[in-house]
Amino acid sequence: MQDTMSWQSLQCELERLAYVASDELAMALHLSMTLGRPLLLEGAAGVGKTEIAKALSQLQDSKLIRLQCYEGLDASTAIYEWNYQRQLLSIRASHEVASCDRDLSIDEVDAHIFSDKYLLKRPLLEAITQDEPPVLLIDEVDRADEEFEAYLLELLSDFQISIPEMGTIQATSKPLVILTSNGTRDLSDALRRRCLYSYVDYPDKATEMAILHKRDPDIDSRLATQIVGFVQALRKEDLEKKPGVAEMLDWAAALSGMGIVDITDDPTIMQSTLVCLLKTQADKAQIPVEVTQRLAGSFV
Amino acid sequence: MKTTKFIHSADGSSERMQGFMAHLRANGLRVGPDEFRYSMKALETIDVLSPHDVRLACKAICASKAHGYTQFDDLFDAYWMNGGYEKFSVQQNSNQAGSDTRKSFSQEVSDADTSNGSGDPDEADDESEGESAQHGEGKLTGSRIRNIEGVDLRQMMTPEALARAEQVARKLAASMRDRRSRRRRASQRGHTLNMRKIMRASIATGGDPIHLFKQRRPERPVNVLALLDVSGSMMVYSRVFLAFLKGLVSNEQRTEAYLFHTSLIQVSDVMRDSDTLRAINRLSLIAQGFGGGTRIGASLNLFNQQYAAKSVNGRSVVIIFSDGYDTDPPELIAKALKRLKKRGCRIIWLNPLKGWKDYAPVAQGMAAALPYLDLFAAANTLDSLAALKPHLVKL
Repeated sequence: MQDTMSWQSLQCELERLAYVASDELAMALHLSMTLGRPLLLEGAAGVGKTEIAKALSQLQDSKLIRLQCYEGLDASTAIYEWNYQRQLLSIRASHEVASCDRDLSIDEVDAHIFSDKYLLKRPLLEAITQDEPPVLLIDEVDRADEEFEAYLLELLSDFQISIPEMGTIQATSKPLVILTSNGTRDLSDALRRRCLYSYVDYPDKATEMAILHKRDPDIDSRLATQIVGFVQALRKEDLEKKPGVAEMLDWAAALSGMGIVDITDDPTIMQSTLVCLLKTQADKAQIPVEVTQRLAGSFV
Repeated sequence: MKTTKFIHSADGSSERMQGFMAHLRANGLRVGPDEFRYSMKALETIDVLSPHDVRLACKAICASKAHGYTQFDDLFDAYWMNGGYEKFSVQQNSNQAGSDTRKSFSQEVSDADTSNGSGDPDEADDESEGESAQHGEGKLTGSRIRNIEGVDLRQMMTPEALARAEQVARKLAASMRDRRSRRRRASQRGHTLNMRKIMRASIATGGDPIHLFKQRRPERPVNVLALLDVSGSMMVYSRVFLAFLKGLVSNEQRTEAYLFHTSLIQVSDVMRDSDTLRAINRLSLIAQGFGGGTRIGASLNLFNQQYAAKSVNGRSVVIIFSDGYDTDPPELIAKALKRLKKRGCRIIWLNPLKGWKDYAPVAQGMAAALPYLDLFAAANTLDSLAALKPHLVKL
């Protein structure tokens, strides 16, 4: 039933769940669902790449399986691992039983200890062995080593995982795979060509307003205009780390929590709330009170 | 906008689509039969009468990089929207605004691009040959992949080119830094089993190795020290090399950068400035302040005295970017390098002139330095810099 949904209705549905997706993103998601291909999302930090997976799992009412990538992530923590201790105990136990009864052949023991029972499923294997198709989020795939990308290839193209001792495990249900990347390193072409691609940019003014209103419906519309305008202006400044949508929402929550109705009212308080937006020392130095006032004043 | 060529109106939509794929390929996007198949499939699930929908769908399927993503709309318009068959390329768009020299560069780039797109690598080589003949400079060989890598670094002044140089350097630095010890240490996230520890622990469990311990080869990263000659004779290369230097230094605290001409200064901190262009401009200002000739020997001597004791050891690689034209007597270079070599470091000399045809190290300074070098290589194109990787890994 999800498959027959057009991309516009998908966009509307997502909006109902407080995720405002651009046309491009909505189409990419729609195709990813209908063609059954993984979707690679790139873009700066804090533009809502991870959020989309959460929204999708809510929308489809399915499980969200998340694999956070990091340097040194290997197959045993991402795909599967044998429960070694349990296997060992089982061998001991079978020996003791066997000695009073009959000897189990090596093949029998082998088949026994390398069975499903002794397999520890890690996120990727878990994702393809579900009854209902889940949403599989492979977060910040660029942080993992290049060799880990190679592990992913089999999963992403054929939705299967080969375990030498057991054979190939086919997906019982095809998960909807979302990969995100912050571009800390270039991904291999092999990985890219197995995925659909969408670049998530910072939202424009109208979209950001829509996001703010979705997330915080009670916010005063004048304040909302100011907040979005300020953040948009701030992104044009020469910053090390530009504030993302998440930061903007934090800031909006902070301002409305403090009962501020107009950001130009009190420069000192305004300046102190910028901790929500500026995340490095250099950026803080870059935006002193004067600049803040200039940016805040320019659109009032 | 008229859409006479749009899919539904053309007979044989699959042929038109195939043509579109070829168009994308000719413009540098990586699309293959898979993309074509998926695009055709996608068209069944969307409203093919809406150009907007088709554009979005093709974009999601065919663009696979941020760079192609921004380019896609133009390519789509050019093919389907009566925009003509004009070939777009990112370099062309962004460079056109520049000065005259820039214009000629971008022209060459797009020319080379076109011939590359036709799938004949030999043609691309011919192109760069012709180009070097035009300028009356030495012949550059080994430009394989894309135009930009093969262009002599003197002509590379655009932000894209500088960024590319930085990227190449970062890769080189990473390949050098990634060294592991030959010995193994116990580690939680190791790749191999630590048998000694397992056996010892298994005594407690009656000989059964219940707990598995791992071990790995710990990392022994090399520290890179880069010395860049910014004298008059090197000035044409200096901006690109500065970008390259910045890539080397990047965020790695163990890497140090120095500039020299008649004297030597440490610039590692400036290099770690996040804004490339600002850093380069700051450095250019510093560099302009000196001028005059090159005193490689004296500079290396100063380096030995002031910095080497602290930062050069057996795990260091010293990279010198210079053309070897020195106003000091050549013995000074030899002496300084000999002294530096005694610290157990490896010394690489990258000479932009070496990439030229018929180059011989006739500059006396260069000839004197040769016996002390672990690697003496060309550095006049990005290709030649990138080609250093296997050598650096072995060092």
